[in-house]
Amino acid sequence: MTATTRAAPPATARRGSFRILPAIELAVLALLLVVPFLLADRPELITLLTNVVILSLLALSFDLCWGFSGIMSFGQALFFGVAGYGVALVGRDLEFSQLWATLPLAMLAGGALAAILAAFLLLGRKAPTSIFVAFGTLTGAYAAERLVAGWQYVGAGNGLSAIKLMAFGEYEFVEGLDFYAVALTALVLVYAASRMLVRSQLGLVLAGIRQNEERLAFFGYRVQVFKALVFSLAGMVAGLSGALYSYHQGFTGPSNLGPGLSTTAVIYCLFGGSGTLIGPVIGTVAIEVLSYVLADIDAIRQFWPVLLGLVLLLVVTFQPTGLLGLAVSARERIGTYGARKAAR
Amino acid sequence: MALLQVSGVTKTYGPLKALDGVDLEIGAGSFHGLIGPNGSGKSSLLKAIAGAHFPTTGRILFDNDDITAMPPYQRSRRGLSLKFQITSVLTELSVYDNVLLALQATEGYGALFRSRSRGRLDDEVMGALERFRLAGRADDLAGELSHGEQQWLEIAMALAPRPKLLLLDEPTGGMSPEERRVTGELLAPIRRHCALVIVEHDLDFIKNICDRLTVLDQGRVLGTGSVAEIEGDARVQEIYTRRV
Repeated sequence: MTATTRAAPPATARRGSFRILPAIELAVLALLLVVPFLLADRPELITLLTNVVILSLLALSFDLCWGFSGIMSFGQALFFGVAGYGVALVGRDLEFSQLWATLPLAMLAGGALAAILAAFLLLGRKAPTSIFVAFGTLTGAYAAERLVAGWQYVGAGNGLSAIKLMAFGEYEFVEGLDFYAVALTALVLVYAASRMLVRSQLGLVLAGIRQNEERLAFFGYRVQVFKALVFSLAGMVAGLSGALYSYHQGFTGPSNLGPGLSTTAVIYCLFGGSGTLIGPVIGTVAIEVLSYVLADIDAIRQFWPVLLGLVLLLVVTFQPTGLLGLAVSARERIGTYGARKAAR
Repeated sequence: MALLQVSGVTKTYGPLKALDGVDLEIGAGSFHGLIGPNGSGKSSLLKAIAGAHFPTTGRILFDNDDITAMPPYQRSRRGLSLKFQITSVLTELSVYDNVLLALQATEGYGALFRSRSRGRLDDEVMGALERFRLAGRADDLAGELSHGEQQWLEIAMALAPRPKLLLLDEPTGGMSPEERRVTGELLAPIRRHCALVIVEHDLDFIKNICDRLTVLDQGRVLGTGSVAEIEGDARVQEIYTRRV
């Protein structure tokens, strides 16, 4: 059969066909908007939900790296933790915690640190291997954790506590619905910007890089520069997440910038479904809520982490596209990028 | 002045000499075939020109620029395009997006983020697909195309940014006779704006579309000339009857 006579395969999930991903995104947004009001008399659950939203940002930052750019970063907590320490120190030493300044500065700190790391790991003369980048980021997070654990100025192993409350003018944000509103606003804004990025023509370049870096170089793309750019943007998102987390917890410590939290972000993302943006949010919600519920059941109180670990292992092993892969086709996940006119 | 000038290029891998002092000149608009037995250095020469690997010694000039040590992305931006021997279309992307990806490579980061050229490039993308008989498959995944169609898509992608020189490594590999004939027809019109260097085992195909041929054997140039001159060269006949 020649190329010219070959019949077209069945048209599944093509341009214009129903797409489930936007429906899932809207459903998650609706839940995040409505649920807090249903839990208004359970402040501990509002606190949990606020943590979930903040950690979703961290998971989202990993998805930008791995799910969209093929960068296996085991160091997202480094940017998260440095920004968290940053706002804690600014609050302690400068008595300043205005969110209009500290949150953007935290993003800048995370982004700048990520750019420096990218210059070492990604912008060398030869394209680095995935393993090199994974170990490089892991080493960065580990070294930072060890460094702050021995540094008295930043509280050493005890970390920094009683962090000055995040404020806007005279108004101070404590745990509760108002802090939740700030965190959710940050998540929605970052999500919208990330969605615009990955669905743009730049997102098409990233989709190409994920599949065949070498081919992209022969088209004229500076592949490693694109990767460094996304890595830096992801560092900004992780920085925002870290600052909000420190303010919300009123505490930050060495574990907030180490490999443990970095790996947790990886698991959030893989569990929910990488390369989808909404998958990491779903993964974070699922794992954090499941942890909360399981820890409260008397019969399994002693070994619930083992159960949770088994569930995560099963999902990551047998469902590599995560929970979202059960509902969203690969075609829809990767998407289309052109602006083809409908009729010709 | 030749569009491409390869002077004394040698490429060694340990004790193995893949290329041994190769000289080659390609004029603008010329269709030039590289032939020779397996392992003669044809693909190695193409890779050295494209930047997939750097020569051990020697010099490569393209459009008056020394590109010997340039990375592939810089060569591409100067108008040099490559189609790999192994088909490397992006199988998880649509046929349309594969060509769009090739076309938008010169856009800046900000323009790509704002998707500024997406609408403007539509006609060019569809034009490229129509030329290679793939317009009807624009929405299909590239991985759903037949092998021959993937080869055409890859040539369409390589030609989309209107390069000055196209390097084709075995473009008809795995194609049916009909597909080979059509491929020859599809390549003929590009002569108006693009020179071609082609590596191909199908001698009838290469003789039909090329003006000049260079014969390689054991990493060295055995001879260069018109198709008739090469056909009449006893040394070429000898290596082909001996080894092909």
